[in-house]
Amino acid sequence: MTAMPKFTRRTFLISSAAVGGGLALGLRLPPFGPAVVRAADGSPEITIWVVIRPDNSTAIRVVRAEMGQGTITGLAQLVAEELECDWSRVSIEYPTPGESVARKRAWGEFSTGGSRGIRQSNEYVRKGGAAARMMLVQAAANEWKVPASECTAANSVITHKASGRKTTYGKVAEAAARLEQPKDVPLKDPKTWKIAGKPLKRLDTAKKVNGTMIYGMDLKMPGMLNAAIKDCPVFGGKVKSFDAARVSGMRGVKKVVQVGDSGVAVIADTWWNAKTALEALPVVWDEGPNAKISSADIAEVLKAGLDAEQAFVGNQAGGDVKAALAGAAKKVEAVYSYPFQNHACMEPMNATVRWTPERCEMWGPTQNGEGAFAQVLAASGLTSDKVDVHNVMLGGGFGRRGTYPDDYVGQAVLIAKQMPGTPVKLIWSREEDMAHGKYHPVMQCKLVGGLDASGNLTALHMRLSGQSILASVRPEVIQAQKGRDPLSFQGVFESGEHSFSYTVPNLLIDHAMRNTHVPPGFWRGVNVNQNAVFIECFMDELAEAAGQDALEFRRKLMAKHPRNLGVLNAVAERIGWSKPAPSGVYRGLAHLHCFDSFVAAACEISVKDGNKVKVHRIVAATDPGYAVNPAQIERQVAGSFVYGLSALFMQECTVKDGRIEQTNFHQYNSMRIAQMPKVETILMPTGGTVWGGIGEPTICVAAPAVLNAFYRATGKRIRSVPLKNHGIELV
Amino acid sequence: MRLTINGKSHEVDVDPTTPLLWVIREQVGLTGTKYGCGVAQCGACTVHVNGLPVRSCQLPVSAAGGARITTIEGLASGKTLHKVQKAWIDNDVPQCGYCQSGMIMAVAALLKTNPKPSDADIDSAITNICRCGTFQQVREAIHAAAKAA
Repeated sequence: MTAMPKFTRRTFLISSAAVGGGLALGLRLPPFGPAVVRAADGSPEITIWVVIRPDNSTAIRVVRAEMGQGTITGLAQLVAEELECDWSRVSIEYPTPGESVARKRAWGEFSTGGSRGIRQSNEYVRKGGAAARMMLVQAAANEWKVPASECTAANSVITHKASGRKTTYGKVAEAAARLEQPKDVPLKDPKTWKIAGKPLKRLDTAKKVNGTMIYGMDLKMPGMLNAAIKDCPVFGGKVKSFDAARVSGMRGVKKVVQVGDSGVAVIADTWWNAKTALEALPVVWDEGPNAKISSADIAEVLKAGLDAEQAFVGNQAGGDVKAALAGAAKKVEAVYSYPFQNHACMEPMNATVRWTPERCEMWGPTQNGEGAFAQVLAASGLTSDKVDVHNVMLGGGFGRRGTYPDDYVGQAVLIAKQMPGTPVKLIWSREEDMAHGKYHPVMQCKLVGGLDASGNLTALHMRLSGQSILASVRPEVIQAQKGRDPLSFQGVFESGEHSFSYTVPNLLIDHAMRNTHVPPGFWRGVNVNQNAVFIECFMDELAEAAGQDALEFRRKLMAKHPRNLGVLNAVAERIGWSKPAPSGVYRGLAHLHCFDSFVAAACEISVKDGNKVKVHRIVAATDPGYAVNPAQIERQVAGSFVYGLSALFMQECTVKDGRIEQTNFHQYNSMRIAQMPKVETILMPTGGTVWGGIGEPTICVAAPAVLNAFYRATGKRIRSVPLKNHGIELV
Repeated sequence: MRLTINGKSHEVDVDPTTPLLWVIREQVGLTGTKYGCGVAQCGACTVHVNGLPVRSCQLPVSAAGGARITTIEGLASGKTLHKVQKAWIDNDVPQCGYCQSGMIMAVAALLKTNPKPSDADIDSAITNICRCGTFQQVREAIHAAAKAA
């Protein structure tokens, strides 16, 4: 604790209050007992998760990133539930990764991806809240000289019923902060929750309706300059030369700099001036070995993988699948494909960095504070005690703002290093954001199913061929798995949080890894987007071949998957599957198990002129084990369908001459309100020991449900995404 | 040149071709109006120019001289929120919130010319992109704002 660094940035960061505050940790050594750690305003910390202010308000610490998914509200609800504090007086503080590192990673994981924000930290943040409550109650009991067990706490007030005495958290906080933290911290039964589990309003809305919420894009600092960047449009290319003199006299331009091997940036007084000069800057690229690659080349490579000998096995059951298929009474075969897609967060990538030989700090949107910290550390050339990262509200994340090699954070540091002492805000144009995404992996899939004479599915081979995210982003996982990427099997894996939800007597699901020069990333839902389309559309194909109802055919394979069956039955019942659809309306359904949640969707669509699809209604069921905020879950589910259906109908990044062809939303469209179906969410948490995720799981069930309905409406089975390539539009 | 934004006059020294968006953000310092695409596709930059919704990323500042410009920061009357802002809070609309300034400005302009819009009216007038997918709440909040006095 004595090694605590001094944090002086408050003299510099004018927007800290607007971004939710940071902490300025100071150490005060009392004469007895543990040291009291104080927040920036001097209020004492009661466990690392809770600060109680003298006015009896509460600051709850959150280290997971808020990008719209409601994590800060949900995590605060969990802490407040156990703390028994006054919810109307709760605010949020973001500890920084530097502060966490200085305290031996006190706050644990910062990474906010994989729908893990709440489910992965729920237990330790609840214990933080509960321990703080126990300490506050103990402090009051000590003052009153009564047993703590005779005192109760509610709404930030402690009561000793026998004597009628009352005090507030604010009054006993100083004494509580000096107590040892209890080791044995029991948690409430979720059935008794009063704050958690309730559809409370988000904590961060007010600033989002009047323009005062500060995103990375909006940061202002004294003396700050702005940078616009262009990285070699061909992935793997480099800068050969650029003619800075041609733009150095343009309005506002301060400096033209090379960024690493592959980027050129203009630094100017305003970003508009920087971007204008950058567009006028002559740059010669060495486009490198990938300069001729096109989408067709990549598709050929993947196609070859569909029948390749070597493949990594993700799920296997029964005997020899190929022999079982050969002996089947009926064989069904289909090939599906899924494209590269950009995240297209509303707020393009950006980061603001101030570098001096003594200190380097980054302010900006990141889904992984510690990952960004590591990148700043590496690019700055400084030691960890001289580096920090300050997260702000993210204008969308969806996986794009996780940490990837060669990305915006590192670029911003390399630029700022060339302007020592001056804060520089790097903003990517939308065009740069489209050209340098971390794209949804490209994948093809060949499915072969065998039915017996009674129409039972006896054998299934699902061969994936395509890109591995982890091979690019976390090669150490691939190495540990002897070359396999377990994540490529999300939703169809042998076990765990993404396990397959059917029992097939002879089963083989394998992956021929075919990586490309286009960098892949975690894109909301990650690999469930394509895997759900592949398996759930093919299940409909099999059901048809078997002459059976799509729901009944599935049910027969799901006896050992009761929670999947539960959500599937729920959507089928709500949509009225057993009754005929209204005239001209067609239905489809799909389900999956992923991110430890069980999800299903059933939709109703109509199709005009054979190609204009109206999605009238989607019923979505989700069983995440526990529901921390039902209102926010409903919003995540409905929102996931906007992201997922935009991808299904409209979105593909194509490659020509080694680069991405699409430059902006006119070529990479996204749903508008007119295309929004009515979404009905059925939230059916069934408890248990495992908490499921929310932000991602449901995204994957909309696309196959709609594709299955489209087949019923038109007789056309569409097996490649996006539908715009088939002349089909969402209306 | 002089610009009138939220009832206040600002003298700005910029190239006349600079989009109004960037003058609002970088010269005037009002960052509630957002950059999303720069090509008038997404609507995150929507402001009111003489009461009409305009995508400010495609409007040269020279075309806005003398006009009455309102940004999200000027939508409320003092401390009284505009009924659209209030409906947004009541219906807990924003997720990440980045597109919502533009969405709210577009809706406020719609309600001015069409105080009780039908779903079809909303569909044709509101074309802003929201990647979080708040449309279901946006629609509910528009109807709620229309019902509010």
